[in-house]
Amino acid sequence: MVFPQSSRSTSNHTEPSQWLVFRNQQLSLRLDRRVPKVLLGLATVTLVAMIWSVGQGEYPIPPLDVIRTILGLPTDNPDYVFIVNTLRLPRTLVAWGVGMALAIAGSLTQGIARNPLAAPSIIGVNAGAALAAVTLIVVFPVAPIAIVPLAAFGGAFTVTALIYLLAWHEGSSPVRLILVGVGFSLIAGALTNLMVTFGNIYDVSQALVWLAGSVYGRSWSQLIAFTPWLIGFGLLSLFLSRELNALQLGDDVARSLGSRLEWQRGWLLVSSVALAGAAVATAGSIGFVGLMAPHIARQLVGPSHEGLLPVAALTGGMVVVIADLIGRLLFAPIELPCGIITAVIGAPYFLYLLIRTRQT
Amino acid sequence: MSVRTVKRSHLPSQTRLMGGIILGLLLLLICLVASIALGVAEISPGEVYGALTAADGSTEHLIIRTVRAPRAITALLVGAAVAVAGAIMQGLTRNPLADPGILGINAGAALAVVIAIFWFNAASLSVYAGFALLGAAISAVTVYGLGSLGRGGLTPLNLTIAGAALTALVSSLTTAILIVSQRTLEEIRFWLAGSIAGRDMDLVLQVLPFLALGLILGLLMGKQLTTLSLGTTIAQGLGQKTAWVKGIGAISVVLLAGGSVAIAGPIGFIGLIVPHIVRFWAGADYRWILPYSALAGAILLLLADIGARLIIQPQELPVGIVMPLLGAPFFIYLIRSQIKR
Repeated sequence: MVFPQSSRSTSNHTEPSQWLVFRNQQLSLRLDRRVPKVLLGLATVTLVAMIWSVGQGEYPIPPLDVIRTILGLPTDNPDYVFIVNTLRLPRTLVAWGVGMALAIAGSLTQGIARNPLAAPSIIGVNAGAALAAVTLIVVFPVAPIAIVPLAAFGGAFTVTALIYLLAWHEGSSPVRLILVGVGFSLIAGALTNLMVTFGNIYDVSQALVWLAGSVYGRSWSQLIAFTPWLIGFGLLSLFLSRELNALQLGDDVARSLGSRLEWQRGWLLVSSVALAGAAVATAGSIGFVGLMAPHIARQLVGPSHEGLLPVAALTGGMVVVIADLIGRLLFAPIELPCGIITAVIGAPYFLYLLIRTRQT
Repeated sequence: MSVRTVKRSHLPSQTRLMGGIILGLLLLLICLVASIALGVAEISPGEVYGALTAADGSTEHLIIRTVRAPRAITALLVGAAVAVAGAIMQGLTRNPLADPGILGINAGAALAVVIAIFWFNAASLSVYAGFALLGAAISAVTVYGLGSLGRGGLTPLNLTIAGAALTALVSSLTTAILIVSQRTLEEIRFWLAGSIAGRDMDLVLQVLPFLALGLILGLLMGKQLTTLSLGTTIAQGLGQKTAWVKGIGAISVVLLAGGSVAIAGPIGFIGLIVPHIVRFWAGADYRWILPYSALAGAILLLLADIGARLIIQPQELPVGIVMPLLGAPFFIYLIRSQIKR
């Protein structure tokens, strides 16, 4: 039990109907009352968008046939099986997974750093991944495209590990972590920029698509490589979400509440890097989702992390799925990378939320 | 979320502060002369002095007066302007991660220039400068407008969030154009990296009024910023009209950062890092942080520009790339040695 009895009873006393509490002998879970409804809503919207997305393309398929094909039921056209199951379904699932991973990673980083500007990019994940991937694309254009994810993942981990090591001094401190991260991101960013500025213009164009973030042509093999990271570290984050609430109160308070601070911050950081790194490796640096999904989720269900993490995850997943759909619809047959759309649709919606809260 | 990154058990003494300023001015002078003297054509410091006081029309003097001196002045102005803008932003928002980029100024300027090339085939630095100023102003005003619509009005948090959202939006539009049009990408990628190569006196004079006004406004605000950095409530309690300070601070940031991006393209490093470096010497008082930032920013940009010219002679690197490569390791070293908690 992390929260002392008194603090819970005070919050129960002031707003008795705000929480859903589940408790048996091993488990005690307290969720904001809005969480189940919000989760259901987000999942429904995502599902509709996915079915629409799979039906869209050079070869349109009606929604009902999409559903029948996915469920393995016979349809009028035998080609549907290949188009849906091999080409389009893995792509939209990758978009969903990547969105969830980025959103969870963003929530964790904002929680660890206690800074609303913190996204995994702060601790160098994107900069490291981008540097490795762009180097590969621009400097070694003959290298097979399949090893770009590996390189990106390696880059993300290397830079993040360096940041954490260099920020360590008799313990970790959020301020030092952030500032060392800023320094490293700037170095990696400058090197990436160097390649963008002097590389062959065709390769640079390819690199920009990767930098913007895209799920173009992603297949089952990439989805299968990505899923264990999402499930493993997603669950670990949920498990640690209560510790994250304690961390919010500041290092000293968290310690006095019984948090094993360094241990937990280390694991939270590892989860955040693993999730963001896997996502960036799979789909490039899709910006905005990690930064904004947690804010949107906080607006929807409040700041308690047990509810916040799943809501942020589904929000992020939904945003990327919809962004991919729009990126394909907008200038069809030209495709815009979904990372551009996430910002173009996400940012105004986010600003709308910012303004709307004033009225309520 | 305060900017309290330095252990401040003792305040820096006045002697140390004044001494630092004099030392900084000396360093700045040396860097200026070095910047004019060093390059593909080597010129002695004595000749630099001669060219600036009594030009005799020789090739060296011509190089100095038309190429090297304007470039050195550009570096000095831009470095000082961006650093002061960054310090003001960190004071206004009380966020150590804030820099002029947070107001969307760099992203807005970049988008405006990219649009100018993509649609209007703009091709000269001076046209870029006009568009960049326009873009910077529009995004800063938008960010302020949106930020003040949030709950609680224009709080640092609202401003930061509105700025981050707008920056994400605007820079992804820029990327979209660059992906669609390779011609634009080819044309603009050197400018986008941030560079002061080939800037002439006309361009400097075109933007000088903005920078000068911004610098004067900014440097006069030291005392108010120190008070405000204690928090809005405390500042109001001490009798400050915080809305005025925030407003004038914002205007000064827009003038400084907008003017800089117009001359030199987006140069990100200085605004974020220099105020942090300066605090290690000058403490938390913005009356000292601001002039120190101006000096340190100018010195840093001059040094980085010399590096940009010398590293792969006779080719040039954009100074926006060289600067983080030279400065960030030093910054990381400072963080490691100075921030102990």
